[in-house]
Amino acid sequence: MLKQIEGSKAVAEAIALCRPEVICAYPISPQTHIVEGLGEMVKSGTLTPCEFINVESEFAAMSVAIGASAAGARAYTATASQGLLFMVEAVYNAAGLGLPIVMTVANRAIGAPINIWNDHSDSLSQRDSGWMQLFAETNQEAVDLHIQAFRLAEELSMPIMVCMDGFILTHAFERVDIPSQEQVDAYLPPFEPRQVLDPAEPMSIGAMVGPEAFMEVKYLAHAKQMQAIELIPKLADEFKQIFGRDSGGLIRTYQIEDAETVVIAMGSILGTIKDVVDEMRAEGHKIGVLGIISFRPFPLEQVRAALIKSKRFIVLEKSLAVGMGGIVATNVRMAVTGSGLRGFTAIAGLGGRAIPKSSLHKLFRQAEQEELEPVTFVDLDWAAVNKQLEREKQTRRSGPIAENMLHDKGIVGVSAKFG
Amino acid sequence: MSFQPVKFYQTGTLTVGNRLLAQDERSVQANQMRSNSINSGHRACQGCGEALGARYAIDAAMAESNGQLIAANATGCLEVFSTPYPESSWQLPWIHSLFGNAPAVATGIAAAMKVKGRNDVRVVAQGGDGGTTDIGFGCLSGMFERNDDVLYICYDNQGYMNTGVQRSSATPPAARTATTMPVGPEPGNVFGQGKNVPEIAMAHNIPYVATATVADLRDLEYKVRKAMQMRGARYIQIFVPCPLGWGAASHDTIRLARLAKETGMFPVFEAEHGEVTSVLKIRNKVAVEEYLKPQKRFAHLFGKHAHPETVARLQAIADRNIRKYNLLPEGEN
Amino acid sequence: MFQIRVHGRGGQGVVTATEMLSVAAFEEGRHAQAFPSFGSERTGAPVVAFCRIDDKEIRLREPIMEPDALIIQDPTLLHQVNVFAGLKQDGYVLLNTSHSFETLGLGDMLSTHKSERFCTLPATELGLKHIGRPIPNVPLIAGFAALSDMFKLSSVIMAINEKFSGKVAEGNIAAATEAYELVKEQMEGRTHA
Repeated sequence: MLKQIEGSKAVAEAIALCRPEVICAYPISPQTHIVEGLGEMVKSGTLTPCEFINVESEFAAMSVAIGASAAGARAYTATASQGLLFMVEAVYNAAGLGLPIVMTVANRAIGAPINIWNDHSDSLSQRDSGWMQLFAETNQEAVDLHIQAFRLAEELSMPIMVCMDGFILTHAFERVDIPSQEQVDAYLPPFEPRQVLDPAEPMSIGAMVGPEAFMEVKYLAHAKQMQAIELIPKLADEFKQIFGRDSGGLIRTYQIEDAETVVIAMGSILGTIKDVVDEMRAEGHKIGVLGIISFRPFPLEQVRAALIKSKRFIVLEKSLAVGMGGIVATNVRMAVTGSGLRGFTAIAGLGGRAIPKSSLHKLFRQAEQEELEPVTFVDLDWAAVNKQLEREKQTRRSGPIAENMLHDKGIVGVSAKFG
Repeated sequence: MSFQPVKFYQTGTLTVGNRLLAQDERSVQANQMRSNSINSGHRACQGCGEALGARYAIDAAMAESNGQLIAANATGCLEVFSTPYPESSWQLPWIHSLFGNAPAVATGIAAAMKVKGRNDVRVVAQGGDGGTTDIGFGCLSGMFERNDDVLYICYDNQGYMNTGVQRSSATPPAARTATTMPVGPEPGNVFGQGKNVPEIAMAHNIPYVATATVADLRDLEYKVRKAMQMRGARYIQIFVPCPLGWGAASHDTIRLARLAKETGMFPVFEAEHGEVTSVLKIRNKVAVEEYLKPQKRFAHLFGKHAHPETVARLQAIADRNIRKYNLLPEGEN
Repeated sequence: MFQIRVHGRGGQGVVTATEMLSVAAFEEGRHAQAFPSFGSERTGAPVVAFCRIDDKEIRLREPIMEPDALIIQDPTLLHQVNVFAGLKQDGYVLLNTSHSFETLGLGDMLSTHKSERFCTLPATELGLKHIGRPIPNVPLIAGFAALSDMFKLSSVIMAINEKFSGKVAEGNIAAATEAYELVKEQMEGRTHA
């Protein structure tokens, strides 16, 4: 059913259609509206049977999900940013135990300085946790990926994060086709766990494993993600058969056939990039787009195949490997090892910095001309940065950096900039 | 009431021979049909109080739940000695997730059972004092506050024994641990304010809170069974001496547990909905020296460089417990 | 693509206004995207929210920097925020005030822009009158429908019914209807003048 609906509300409805049995909720912006919506559905009896548990921290949220999943219940939670970091030990544990928990990450920056706005630092910090990570481009895709995620997680007995841009998607009202219960039931069978805590068949889960078997256990986690490379496109195909739309998969290309320059990105910024690419194509630029939906597992072969006919690529990413450069870019470069392709990294949109079309036009033209440094920081205020660097040279007690930046940039209380 | 009206035919001992009791009055452990939830063959040390306490507690919980029991375990000695890969001592469904999340994992299991309509399946969570009073404290309080249907059992051996005997918030003042060495003018652990988790549990007004020791296993079984007859969040803290961590003889585990109770250092009581309902009275009051001296962790308080003033402060703690919980038999106050 | 920027203060229903604008457009079969400026703004702080309307899927995610229309819910913002930043030459402006643009010192803008697309509406008073609360957002949306002809009053009423129910919905519909008529009267008054 077509609805004009807030992204978070749409995701809550999608989760409810997946018949979760245990939902753990802890508030953190910008995921809050999702669990609020689910809480209301459970309380009012429209989502039943389901236990909605208001926990005391994100660490507890994931821990309750671990217990519930191990006991054979379909478990769901949502988080973002500091919340994801607060639960990290349990995040790794859920993957290590092979529990098919689905979690929404409403992507948000990580502090300090504290910042509630969107970038991809949070989920990318968990790239090696053993969780699969799927990134939604639109709210429609966020809805669809959650439905696919339960199926994928339970087939492999591994947890999945569905990542959607905080605020940009979670708080956006847009058109979403909410599937029917019959469609979701046809796609997603009841949870049939591979391991379960059951008094009729007692087993120990989570025993200590020494050097004699630890590597094998870890390799099997990797093997599961390699299986996911095969399974994700199949599940997207099946999804199309039932729901009638293309959603999910490993990657998605746009105007790439004759492209000499390919822009690579994840999440909602792909929409803006496509608009820019259309405008550039109208002027004769041979430019295309590669969207990465599945960041974990990372589809090395598919990314390579998509890029191999081009001459150069630029990875536009909302994350920063401090002291190194890009995170997504590093993965992409691994995919094109030995290809001779020229690659550039552009760090943009950190902490919710708007990424306007005008900046992308300039950036992509520079990339075409190969005039970029290996790592570019889009719309960085160099004057403010250099002023602080100079201050640090001059004064030992140069003060807290974040407060100096706010002062230098004249941001006091009210921002006249929109977004 | 944990008092049981039985006759003591054997003198000079506080135990009761099971063979002298009627079948239904005998202990769970005396029953050949006991579940052996934590089976022999595990790797606990000689004289391990925790292994003993866990065996009695979990078998009692199994008996009371007709074998329909799931356990969540915090990281710690109990977890490590019971499940070295690829072996497991546990004869019930058992999960270990992390050090600090056993109460939350148990909440998740209880939620799963509830949603599946399995009201017959009960849930226990267990951990040492480090996993309970320190790192798992937040999750524990959350589980209490929501009154989740979980019995949490803390095996209190007063320190991080699994990692090599470091101080926890349950370590008594003056005790030597690897992080509170007996050096300097005030050797051993600090005299802090303490963290009385049974009382904190009571402050949550949960249905049942109890303490017990491995010196009185009938009392322990009784409390576990009683807790299992209730719903909601329940907490039992069991005093379990650690021969290795305390520098005590393996054969002194029961004696030390008894002395902890008889000195007043570890008050044994029950509380329902935040109010104390019964205490196990001291039978033969003894001075704290008798409890401290057999333990090397307190050795620096005695001998050539004795600290009698420190011993006096520990005695004051015991005396305060005795007053507060009214631990002396009637007429001895 | 038609882009609307709504300025107001926390508590005035700015975000709700853009959501309802998007719902009204959706009711007429159009694509619409509404989103807030994503702050942790508290009551009384300046707030901005956005709405895009198009006949095809809207992919663009940048904030609206060159709006086709501005809805200003609080005239006191005029001295605090550059609400007119980026406004297109032929853009619409609907201002919540019982004064005129000239009285508010905005007479210059009428000469540099298409003055027939500038309109004022005493929306706070309408909110008080019909809903009993000084919330100007719904009258402004209805007024904007009248000013711009972007959508029909009936679509605004559908959006109201989706958001509210019972007495609140009734009050809002009454406020919207009066606002719509007031703006239409102003517009017609101009064409006849």
